[in-house]
Amino acid sequence: MHPAYSVILFTTASGAGYGLLALGSLLALLGVIQPERWLGFALFGIAFALITLGLLSSTFHLGRPERAWRAFSQWRTSWLSREGIIAAFTYAPAGLFAFGWVIFGNISPPWNLAGWITCICAIVTVWCTGMIYASLKTIPNWHHPLIAPLYLLLAIASGSVLLNMVLHLFRQPAEIAGYIAIVSLTAGCLVKLLYWRSIDGAPGTHTAEQATGLGTIGKVRPLEPPHAQPNYVMREMGFAVARKHAVRLRLLAVLFGFTLPIATTVLVLTLNASVGLSILGSVTAFTSMAIGMVIERWLFFAEARHVVTLYYGAQTV
Amino acid sequence: MTMLPEKTDKKLGLVIDLDICVGCHACVTSCKEWNTSGYSAPLTDFNPYGADPHGTWLNRVHTYEAGEGHDGRTVHFPRSCLHCEEPACVTVCPTGASYKREEDGIVLVNPDTCIGCKLCSWACPYGAREYDYAEGVMKKCTLCVDRIYNETIPKEDRIPACVRACPTSARHFGDLGDPKSDVSKLVAKREGYDLMPEMGYKPVNKYLPPRPARDGRATTDTPTRPNAQQGKEPSSGTTSTADKFFAWADTVLSR
Ligand code: SF4
Ligand code: SF4
Ligand code: SF4
Repeated sequence: MHPAYSVILFTTASGAGYGLLALGSLLALLGVIQPERWLGFALFGIAFALITLGLLSSTFHLGRPERAWRAFSQWRTSWLSREGIIAAFTYAPAGLFAFGWVIFGNISPPWNLAGWITCICAIVTVWCTGMIYASLKTIPNWHHPLIAPLYLLLAIASGSVLLNMVLHLFRQPAEIAGYIAIVSLTAGCLVKLLYWRSIDGAPGTHTAEQATGLGTIGKVRPLEPPHAQPNYVMREMGFAVARKHAVRLRLLAVLFGFTLPIATTVLVLTLNASVGLSILGSVTAFTSMAIGMVIERWLFFAEARHVVTLYYGAQTV
Repeated sequence: MTMLPEKTDKKLGLVIDLDICVGCHACVTSCKEWNTSGYSAPLTDFNPYGADPHGTWLNRVHTYEAGEGHDGRTVHFPRSCLHCEEPACVTVCPTGASYKREEDGIVLVNPDTCIGCKLCSWACPYGAREYDYAEGVMKKCTLCVDRIYNETIPKEDRIPACVRACPTSARHFGDLGDPKSDVSKLVAKREGYDLMPEMGYKPVNKYLPPRPARDGRATTDTPTRPNAQQGKEPSSGTTSTADKFFAWADTVLSR
């Protein structure tokens, strides 16, 4: 699948934003984080900025962005519609909770209700994003039981690395955020490796013979293409990344997305470093993770093969 | 509305005969010609006379080779929307622009409400949807909905443009939900099949397989040369007069 930058930015940025929103709210509700005014301002500011940036960039992907509101109508069947609705709705409880926290320094009842709703909505939104891809039977690499959990896990991992960084910047106790980051990054890495193993080991079950129905005659191969230059279908669905590049990029994704952030977070936690070094460590962890997530997401698209390529020369998908 | 109708009154669709399609692309151009001013108008082309021409077309014809050597075949393979009974292209649409009509099963995109998110094209296994980069909306085969019910055109033209244009009658149009219709009978007789049935989209359009090759090996009713007859050794260069006589007599008598 063609890796569109707007969609890569959307899924990574809004994933981190919703992760930060969910974790920040949760830890505050549980009393782990103190509802300090400027901390709240920064947390919600960053989360809203990332989410809004993501949502805006996803509308750039649309042919008719001015009609985007119509996407709220088909929640009964469409995961994209569900995602749009919950994503937009999340602003309401999150805004209320932020209001209580930042203006009144108060997250006890009734403000806490908004906090819990924010937490749930953020998680459901990310799940819907994952389901948009996981529900597509036409792309076997995505139609996989690990895709929606991976989206959620990676959103939590990137949210916790971000939270860890913000807490360090505000000189707030960040141990718990650090632990959550290490656990969720490790889990995310393991599930991602498992997922890669699973898709590499799965032989394509759809064949050019099934696509054309000509298998009764014999092996099917294209003789004359239907058009001289790539059409929309080829441009959008025919993208393929060379195997050796994919292997290298997977290594980089693991290195930047998981290994480095885990290592720096562990160092910051265990070394009892000075404030300056802790901040440097947590910022490094976040920067590295952001690079890694973009590579991971690029690969998610670039490695996904669509069954329509069977009409254009692919033997199996 | 992206909820699929529980059942449709008719299942209008195409039957495409791969045995006789000659790959002339007449259906492709006539489809483009009709539809670029029809329901889906316009079907934009970019750089049509340049080095990298591309554009929106609702029907494409591939040519494949299948099998090897003597049994190998060249097969021309038209590909357009199959108006599936369970089309995920419709259910994934967030706006309701994609829908399946209850009255005849035609799958359409409403060009006034489509936001151009392209998700439907990802959900179609058959590559039947082509995005119009200039219009910012998705286009697809309309089964010529603006012809088949059109009372302002002569009766014989009230069939899809591609069917009307096909010089070999490789394309047929009708109600595949009615077992007594001509297209249903044709499908039954020729063992028409579904593309990628394992996807579960239940395409309405059917494809008729190429007939087996007709030659000495595949059929028994073609004349055989005397010396190739059962039990007889192939003749060598030194054929006796008697052999020639018997061969001649054999040929004459078996006329
Ligand atoms: S062929 Fe593709 S576009 Fe047409 S109904 Fe089936 S899934 Fe939808
Ligand atoms: S491109 Fe248009 S028709 Fe297709 S899913 Fe998006 S809104 Fe629906
Ligand atoms: S039915 Fe009409 S729109 Fe569909 S392929 Fe044929 S000519 Fe094109």
